[in-house]
Amino acid sequence: MSRSDVLVDADWVEAHRDDPGVVLVEVDEDTSAYDKGHIRGAVKIDWKQDLQDPVRRDFVDRAGFEALLSERGISNDDTVILYGGNNNWFAAYAYWYFKLYGHQNVKLLDGGRKKWELDSRELVTEVPQRAATSYKAQEQDSSIRAFRDEVVAAIGSKNLIDVRSPDEFAGRLLAPAHLPQEQAQRGGHVPTARNVPWSKAAEDDGTFKSDDALRELYSGAGVDFGTDTIAYCRIGERSAHTWFVMHELLGQPNVKNYDGSWTEYGSLVGVPIELGDGS
Amino acid sequence: MQGRVTKGGAPVPVGYARLLNAGGDFVAEVPLGEDGGFRFFAAPGDWTVRVLAPGGISADLGVSAANGEISEFEVAV
Repeated sequence: MSRSDVLVDADWVEAHRDDPGVVLVEVDEDTSAYDKGHIRGAVKIDWKQDLQDPVRRDFVDRAGFEALLSERGISNDDTVILYGGNNNWFAAYAYWYFKLYGHQNVKLLDGGRKKWELDSRELVTEVPQRAATSYKAQEQDSSIRAFRDEVVAAIGSKNLIDVRSPDEFAGRLLAPAHLPQEQAQRGGHVPTARNVPWSKAAEDDGTFKSDDALRELYSGAGVDFGTDTIAYCRIGERSAHTWFVMHELLGQPNVKNYDGSWTEYGSLVGVPIELGDGS
Repeated sequence: MQGRVTKGGAPVPVGYARLLNAGGDFVAEVPLGEDGGFRFFAAPGDWTVRVLAPGGISADLGVSAANGEISEFEVAV
């Protein structure tokens, strides 16, 4: 697939946001960001309240996803354009999540909210009114989602990409520097994992680097493009950004996001852990 | 560490502060507050704060963090 199948720029958004069949969706970690100002016409999805089961550590079920999208006025035929803060971490996570439930026509706004702001483009506070739809989701596509046991079994046989910062990878930190230290029981990384911080895939303005630069980035770090890949981070949102790079931009066929990530793995009894900066 | 971004003496409320480690790698990023403020929790050592603001502004500042201390500074762009 070509880059324009999965990524759009701000000019495209300004030209097409009012097209019937196009829906803008903002997904943030700081869910008050949308309230302060968003791209005109965008609806909000709260990655925590709307996408996570309130009791179990898992996603909302298929019926829940259908109810969410129906209520937001998103229909099965719509092209969904996702964007958000944190260099599109959560927008990429939502992209992967939409794909998980079978929504094929989804794209990211390159650079997300940050580039839109840095380019001084307009943000509004008015919330659009969209008529409710009857959205129908598929069963989860397990070909793009990895669980705990598969990750342990992948040690030594698949690419494991740890996309956290070097300090988290090495075990010196348990969470990103700008967040309070939310705990896994142990620091470190999955043995054999390569550390390619998610940020190396993007420029300062949040846009993705070129395909050539990306391919060189990962192969230079020891990622084998002939082998299946599992990406992880702390809770699976930064690794969704890397999943997007490997699977959507570079077209790698078998790439999974391990959303349990280090908050799960680092607390598992009995699994192997490696410390230090790696080779 | 915490700081404020100003331009011509006035706070810059739209923009981002990135924290880069001694190797120049990205570690964290936060949007600026309405007062141009930002804050990072960083281990002791040397860091770079890169400020991004509308109008193509990108400014780097070298900062040292020490345990138990709050490094405070102002970034004029």
